[in-house]
Amino acid sequence: MDANTVTAPPLEIHDLSVAYDRRPVLWGIDVEVPAGKLVGIIGPNGAGKSTLIKACMGVVAPSGGWVKVFGEPLDHAHRRVGYVPQRESVDWDFPVSVMDVVLMGRYGRLGLLRRPGAKDREIARASLDKVGMLPYANRQIANLSGGQQQRVFLARALAQESDLYFMDEPFAGVDAATEAAIVTLLHEMRDRGKTILVVHHDLPTARNYFDTLLLLNMRLVAFGPTDDVFTYDLLQRTYGGRLTILSEVADAVRQRG
Amino acid sequence: MPARAAKIGEITDIAILEQAIRFFSFQDPTLRFAVAGAAMMGIACGVLGTFLVVRRLALVGDTLSHAVLPGVAAGFLWGQTKNPVAIFVGAVVAGLAGTMVATAIRRTTRLKEDTALGLVLAGFYAVGICLVTMIQRLPTGNKSGIDKFLFGQAAAISAGDLKLMSAVTVLVLVVVVVFYKELLVTSFDPAFARATGFPVRLIQDGLMLLLAFAVVGALQAVGVVLVSAMLITPAAAAYLLTDRLRRMLLIASTIGCGTGIVGCFLSFLGNSLPTGPIMVLVASVVFAGAFLFAPRHGLVVRWVKARARHRRVGRENTLKALYHVLESRAFARDGVTLKELALRRRETLDDADRQAKALVRHGLAVVEDDGQLLRLTSEGKKRAAELVRNHRLWELYLTHAARYAADHVHDDAEKIEHVLGEDVVWELERRLNYADTDPHGKRIPTLAEGQARTGRAVEGVPPPEGGVP
Repeated sequence: MDANTVTAPPLEIHDLSVAYDRRPVLWGIDVEVPAGKLVGIIGPNGAGKSTLIKACMGVVAPSGGWVKVFGEPLDHAHRRVGYVPQRESVDWDFPVSVMDVVLMGRYGRLGLLRRPGAKDREIARASLDKVGMLPYANRQIANLSGGQQQRVFLARALAQESDLYFMDEPFAGVDAATEAAIVTLLHEMRDRGKTILVVHHDLPTARNYFDTLLLLNMRLVAFGPTDDVFTYDLLQRTYGGRLTILSEVADAVRQRG
Repeated sequence: MPARAAKIGEITDIAILEQAIRFFSFQDPTLRFAVAGAAMMGIACGVLGTFLVVRRLALVGDTLSHAVLPGVAAGFLWGQTKNPVAIFVGAVVAGLAGTMVATAIRRTTRLKEDTALGLVLAGFYAVGICLVTMIQRLPTGNKSGIDKFLFGQAAAISAGDLKLMSAVTVLVLVVVVVFYKELLVTSFDPAFARATGFPVRLIQDGLMLLLAFAVVGALQAVGVVLVSAMLITPAAAAYLLTDRLRRMLLIASTIGCGTGIVGCFLSFLGNSLPTGPIMVLVASVVFAGAFLFAPRHGLVVRWVKARARHRRVGRENTLKALYHVLESRAFARDGVTLKELALRRRETLDDADRQAKALVRHGLAVVEDDGQLLRLTSEGKKRAAELVRNHRLWELYLTHAARYAADHVHDDAEKIEHVLGEDVVWELERRLNYADTDPHGKRIPTLAEGQARTGRAVEGVPPPEGGVP
């Protein structure tokens, strides 16, 4: 088992299916993500992108198949998994400070009955500093802009000190400066050996941001290095016959030059 | 001394004082039980209510509290008497059954949560009322006290009730202190909590169980109909008073505790009026106070701030008008007459007089010549130059950087000039290459005229993220 966990891939998804109210959303997904990859999960609306990462983390229950994280079932590997949910998924009027939210990243390591200590606070502060939000540590989260909220979520994920990260639309509704900062951060994390899966909906930028793409439309269309996968043919199969998107695809492919 | 209590109908000051002495000396064991019970339930309800409010589960609390009534009646029937333990068990079971039915309806049909809760609330409550009426008509058994469960009567709290209430309150406090971290993360971000490995469902169920305990404990004092108000109202007031969960818990339980005691006292004064409605009234008054006067979210405070801002903008516009008058004659003379000011702003002399007085009050100008001549103080000059400078810089920025047409930028600048902070002005200057003429050909006042500008933070506008793009 030990030898297995050393060489095991960060994420192995086998024949994963998910259904909401018996309506299938994902069908038989098979993916093995190698270590140190920055993976963009790309697909049209309703393709099941968020569902896929939620199923990987046990937030939604799969109707079939299994997921292994570093060779182990998820229940044994929560500490090695970090999560950045969609910004809209929480109530930003909630009475907590920026620091409180980032400290939640440490909770998974504390276990029952233990409270965050000085070391956890130090890690939380360092994480906030990395995303340029340290000056806001004592603010209530309601006073933040969209980009700042996203940075706080990223800081919380950094504080988790995980090896495998799932991020749900981290670029949605953020300003250009934040988007650039997030991209830099993601590349830096990848270069330190982290594996990151990012749900992304903007096709033109996907090619520049990620080294690996997972094309999804309820089933797996393709998974591989961006240069191999970002082709007109595969994108067309992912997005189906939607004309506006097809022309966008055509433009994006042409730009590759 | 106790003789006067009978005449409570015609309350005089002396009677109130005597009653107060009798109340606060706690000679009466009934009264001791009542106050201790109400205060403890206020604390437990305040703490749990806080979690209901931040989790947006207020309706769940309402439903649960009404759903316990059939259980109360069943517990009563079981022992044919007011046995606190039987009633407690019956009520908790009924309350949890109610929430489970609501969950089942939501999960298995297309109906949404509010509808499911409404259905359960009404259905269970109707069953409860029927049972209570039946019990009251039973020929046998001691049925006294069952009606008290509807509107609450703290005076009916027995030693047995009090033991249960203490147990519930201690349990609630211990659980919330021990599992604070778990309750916080599952309340704020359940998906993240789940991904981190927290048993979100279990924690939610545990919270519901505690809630059922607290509701049932509080029934005796507040009654089925209004117990949800003791959950929601103190917590809602606390929500307006702070934006940290810890403090909110503290404030809500303090309000709950105080409300319980004051409610008991008023009910006692009013010759045993039902305690429930009175306690809820007291809590509502506290909420109204928070609604109006909370330091940051209060209506009155927000209104006062808005008015102060409005007045400041008014003064600043006067300063600007004065600057324009001075500028129009190339700063030849220092003083501006009220008439000149009125002409410039196209207003009456009365308006100009009022505006002049406002400036004088704030040390921005002095009046001479029997109030007819207005002269800016050095502070006033500085501020006037700053405003004109802000206005013209912003216009220039809009026409240059944002490519607005020159005749579109004035209104925008009229608003922005009042909120531009020093840092932003510096940045604007740098970006505009220290230009000295605005899009309409007017000169932008220099730093010397604005002189050592005092740092004024931008109000209402968040600082740009990661530098101006």
